[in-house]
Amino acid sequence: MASNHSAEPALHAGISQEEHHDHPNLEEMRTFGFWIYLMTDVLIFGTFFAAYIVLRGNTNGGPGPAELFELNGIIVSTFLLLASSYTCGLAVLAMNKGKKQALMVWLALTAILGAAFIGLEITEFTHLVQEGATMGTSAFLSAFYTLVGTHGLHVCIGLIWMVAVILQLASKGITPVMKRKVQTISLFWHFLDVVWIFVFTVVYLMGVS
Amino acid sequence: MAGFESDHRSEEAHGSVRSYTLGFVFSIVLTVIPIAIVRNDWLEGTANAVMLMGAAVLQLIVQLLFFMHLREEKSPRYNLLSLIFGLVILLVVVAGSMWIMMFNQVAG
Repeated sequence: MASNHSAEPALHAGISQEEHHDHPNLEEMRTFGFWIYLMTDVLIFGTFFAAYIVLRGNTNGGPGPAELFELNGIIVSTFLLLASSYTCGLAVLAMNKGKKQALMVWLALTAILGAAFIGLEITEFTHLVQEGATMGTSAFLSAFYTLVGTHGLHVCIGLIWMVAVILQLASKGITPVMKRKVQTISLFWHFLDVVWIFVFTVVYLMGVS
Repeated sequence: MAGFESDHRSEEAHGSVRSYTLGFVFSIVLTVIPIAIVRNDWLEGTANAVMLMGAAVLQLIVQLLFFMHLREEKSPRYNLLSLIFGLVILLVVVAGSMWIMMFNQVAG
């Protein structure tokens, strides 16, 4: 935007002055666009939370939250995701200091923690289904699988995305475009942690108490 | 000079190890408290729900400030404005659904 009145030499100057935030540059606009997407994701999860809260008492004679949920495994996955949110932040810090190797290691660690979280979630779901608590059992379970499953799907997409960013970092290094990509994936990851906090509180903690 | 200045600024704009660690510690504390409340059956009914939701909302604020850098945004604060808009819709949908369904005679 800042460079549309300039000839080619000035364009190069514009790139070297990228750190100056006087004009909104393209990468900042893209990060903001991603933020808008996150706000629409807030609405998706909001409607699923509303459906779950409304339907959680409708167990159709089947098992309710207190009988189904094993809090121990859920607590472990909560701390896994919390730690991954922290390592993701450390990755951004390493990037800002220009440390490519540290950035990639922190991102990889974040992805491993996220994969462990998904592994635990799949284990939990298979366990529930084996107990006969499937998505079709009751309105409560339909709402439960929709809400928790949508979050898990987001984490899976985040994992694929993060691996792609790590691979790109390996070949391209820390460029302005790569910085924006790491910035957006870290926003996405922190956002998923926030959503999980509310899943953990509303679905699991309130379900068993 | 300019390089130093921009380095300084970008470091400030994206937090430090200290601020991230602080946010992480706050998050852990705000997770452990509700777990302890539920595990030991300290509270019941409304008090329980209010404490659990309170801890979750506090942790949301911690993540927004320490991890998502909402604090350092310069005006015009479009990120904050769109977040507030999203949260207002969220509250209308969730609280509105709960309120309406309290009067649902069929579901009882």
